[in-house]
Parts: sequence; structure tokens; C-alpha cells
Amino acid sequence: MIEHVLQTLPQVVIDGLALGAVYAIVALGYTMVYGILELINFAHGEIFMTGAFVGTALFLSFSAFGWLSSMPMLLSLLLVLVATSIVTGLLGMGIERVAYRPLRSAPKLITLITAIGISFLLQDFVRFITELKKGNYILTGPSLFTGQVSISASSIWSGFHDASVKSSFFIVLVTAVVMMVTLDFFVNKTKWGMAMRAVAQDRETAALMSVNVNKVIALTFFIGSALGGATGVLFAIQYGTIDPYIGFILGLKAFTAAVLGGIGNIRGAMFGGIVLGLLEMFAAANLPIISNGILGAEYKDVFAFSILIMVLIFKPEGLFGKVSIEKV
Amino acid sequence: MSILTVKQLTKQFGGLTANSNINMDVQKGSITAVIGPNGAGKTTLFNMVTGVYQPTSGDILLNGESIVGLKPHQVAQKGISRTFQNIRLFGAMTVLENVMVGMHTHLRSGLFHTMFSTPLMRKEEKEAKQEAYRLLQYVGLESLYNEEAKNLPYGAQRKLEIARALATKPKVLLLDEPAAGMNPKETAELTKLIYHMREQLQLTIILIEHDMKLVMEISEHIIVLDHGEKIAEGTPDDIRNNEKVIEAYLGKGATTAS
Repeated sequence: MIEHVLQTLPQVVIDGLALGAVYAIVALGYTMVYGILELINFAHGEIFMTGAFVGTALFLSFSAFGWLSSMPMLLSLLLVLVATSIVTGLLGMGIERVAYRPLRSAPKLITLITAIGISFLLQDFVRFITELKKGNYILTGPSLFTGQVSISASSIWSGFHDASVKSSFFIVLVTAVVMMVTLDFFVNKTKWGMAMRAVAQDRETAALMSVNVNKVIALTFFIGSALGGATGVLFAIQYGTIDPYIGFILGLKAFTAAVLGGIGNIRGAMFGGIVLGLLEMFAAANLPIISNGILGAEYKDVFAFSILIMVLIFKPEGLFGKVSIEKV
Repeated sequence: MSILTVKQLTKQFGGLTANSNINMDVQKGSITAVIGPNGAGKTTLFNMVTGVYQPTSGDILLNGESIVGLKPHQVAQKGISRTFQNIRLFGAMTVLENVMVGMHTHLRSGLFHTMFSTPLMRKEEKEAKQEAYRLLQYVGLESLYNEEAKNLPYGAQRKLEIARALATKPKVLLLDEPAAGMNPKETAELTKLIYHMREQLQLTIILIEHDMKLVMEISEHIIVLDHGEKIAEGTPDDIRNNEKVIEAYLGKGATTAS
């Protein structure tokens, strides 16, 4: 049993990192909005899904115009990533303006329900457009970065099996890391990032200190949604086929990752995402063996959510969250 | 010359009148105190001047220009800044960052520059840090610049609130009970700081304060509120001997008994 776990470890780590990076960035969107508005923006998973569709649509039209073959692959990837981020960023900002801002002083539950409503709206809208254009709401993008690289883990230690990696894995990982490092710098070092943290701590005082709160909130939605949309593109490249419902379960898991790291904490969300991705892949590869075939690989989701429940029971503030002590 | 004029200002919360028909004229470069028993409507007045509450009726003029209807951040940009009765620092941010938030509107580099981290932006962020450090030196907190604000002792938190308010480059500074909870030594330092700010930064200062020794010593003009109405105003000597004021603080009978 241990032998099998070790043999598959290199492959588990690689797949887990790719999935974890996706979770991590989507989790950032949840955590940023929660930090600033104390709102769980359930539409965020759908922003991610919309990003996947916009990106795939762009790739498909690129290839229809023959640009994919005439342009360096990385350049077209960059163009699609940037264009998709802008589209989903504006979409997120628009949702905040239309659906959340008018409800800002309403009870939290009302905004939460609005968020769920928006997510249904987006699902059906994307499904409608895709069916109209393609006749089918399941969309397969052009195969990109499909080259296989074999990592000979067995040469490091003979107990490992070799792992095979699609070259898109590197694209996903590098892009994700770049996005996370940039965001971390932005939030901690720039004046807009500082304003964002100030608004998250005390909206009214920040306003009295000359910070335009509405602008900061709109910016938060733009950044979170742009990152989420770009991650959608990465997801589409890595996994090939997408449908309008991928945002739901992925959104839930990214939310789990955000809670795992301590909701409202940006570095926590990144860490939580990676951890969740690794755990899930580990479960998918090893659950049947560990449980003597009673539990199949499809129980990986149960595994992931059990982790969430454990964290909520034993460390409700999350791994990186601070316990708030009320002074009396 | 008056810098801040309040005309017929009224604020009602449902049936409760927190401020009623308040008139006030604050001279440029003066130190004015607003006093009154608890619940007299002093903080409500501050909240209306800073745009947190919209007045039910009346007008507030800054340099002859009405600021009623502006959002708090717009009022701050016009040059009114404040501190709070209950300290409201950004507890999880460092002392230096707290001051830098106050500078937000004065940093020119917009979103574009920030996103692409242009040289202009980097130069400006550096200058902002130096400016923030200078302000901390001004109030005497420079050695604590990298501490989280919530870990500061109480007196230092009050000073940090003043430094943060100064970072918005105000013309008028409102201090809401700046000496509350301070020991006599800290209060003496605060008194000195208020004088310095007025002289060196050409500030107009309005303060709410319960420490009568401080009020009488520092202010040139005093406004007394009771039950939301202005019951007296004048120099410290006028107020000290005003029967209405003594009555508001001590109740009827105090004047006749003496």
C-alpha cells in the first residue's frame, strides 16, 4: 500500500499543483471580496466559468482566422489572457455596481441570495450564447500546449514511478505564480492596495481619511474577477472541455480553500488552494487502495469537503486566520 | 476671517433631535472648543461637518463654499480631517501604513501607474513613505513606525490618529476628545502639539473635550451645547461665568446655592 502511494507521488504532486493553482487564484477572488464587504460572492465561480468560455471562444476565433499558426503560441496565449481578464474584470465590476452596491446596507443574507441569483443568470446566459453559436453547450477548445514531458522521478529514487506532464501544466503553474506574486505586491506595497486593506478594516474611517470607498470596492471586484477569468482560460487549456456548470463545484472548492486558509486572508487563500489541490489529487490516486476498493476515486470530493468540516470544527478561523479576541 | 461657518444646522434621527439650529463661526487659525454634557450632540455636529451624516436642514460652508451633500472622502479632500472619540485606527496595519492611507488622495499616480508599477509610481511611493515618517516624527512616534497600530499604548494611538489626520493635509482639524484617557504628562504634550500644529501648519483646530483645564487653557473660543442646542459661546472667561453653562453641567440650584 505504502509502496503504491510512493510510486504515484510524483504524478500526484504535479496534478495536484496544477489543480491547486487554479483553486488558489479562484479562492483569491472569494477572499478579497469577503475581506472588503463580508460578502460571499457566490457568483465568483461563474465568473471563472465565463472566463473559460470567453477564452475558448477567443482561441477558436483565433484559429478560425488562422492566427494561431501564424503567431507564436505564447503571444496568442498572452493576448487571450489579457483580453479575457479585462472582459471578466468589467463583468465583475458591473455585477457589483448593479447587484451588490444598491444592497450594501441590506442584511448580509439578502446580498448572498442575490449572489446566487447572479450565478444562475450567468450560467444560463453563457449556455444560451454557446448553444446559439455552436448548437451544443459543451465546448471543446483547440488543443494547445499538448506536448508531453516525462519527468523521470524514478532516477531520483527508484521507489517513484515516472510522471508525465502536459506542457500546459507549466503554463498554468507559471501564470498562476506570476498572478499571485503580482497581487501580493499590489496589496501590500501600493497605495491602492493599502487603501483596499484600510477599507477592509474600517470602511467609514477610510472614507474620512479621503479614500474613495466605492472606487476601492469596484477595483477589488475588477481584480478578483480578472484573476478568476484568467484562471478560467488556464483551466480550459489544461482540461480541454468545458461546460457552463464547471463554475459551481469549482467555486465551492475554491471557497473551501479560502476558508481553509482563513477567509479574508490573501496569502492564506493561495496556500489553502494549493493544499486542497494536492489533497484532492492524493485522494483520487490513493483512496481505492487505502480503503481496499470500498471507496472509489470519485470520493475525492467527499474527502475535500471532509477536510473543510474538520477545519471548521477544530480551527474555525482557518489555518492563517487570526482569532479575533474581543476586548471587554 | 471665518474659514468654517455652520448655519441653522439641524439633525433629527426619527423623533430625536440631536442638533437643533446650530450656528457657529470658526475663525481661520483659531482654536475652538465645543463642550457640553454627554449626549449634547457634539459628535453629531462633527459627523455632519465631515459628511458622515447629512444634516436634516441647514448649511455648512468651508471658505464660503457649501460642503453639504458631499461624501466623507470628498469632504476630506476639501480639507477637513478628524480624529475619533473611540480610537479608529487600522489596527492590523503598521503605524507607517496608517499614516500613508491618509495620504491616499495626494498621491497622484492613478490606477494605471499602480498596475504597471511605473517609475513615477515607485518614486511617489518612496516620497510618501518619507513624508509619512516625517509626520510620525512630528507627533513623536517615529520609533514605532513598523509596529502594528493595535499594539500601541493608548496615548500613542491617540497621537497616531492625529498624524493620520494630518496626512490628508487638512485646513481644518477636528479633534474628538483628544485627551480622553491621557495622563497629565500626555495631556501636557498634547497641548503643546496642538499649539505647534496651529503655528507651524497654519491649521484651524476645533476640539471636543471634557478636560476643562485643557479647554480653558487652549481655546480662544468656546461653544457650549446642551440637548442639541447651543446655549452659550464666547471666550473662556465668558463661559466660566455663564449661568446657563453652570446650570447645564451642575443642574439648577448650583447657581443659587453659591
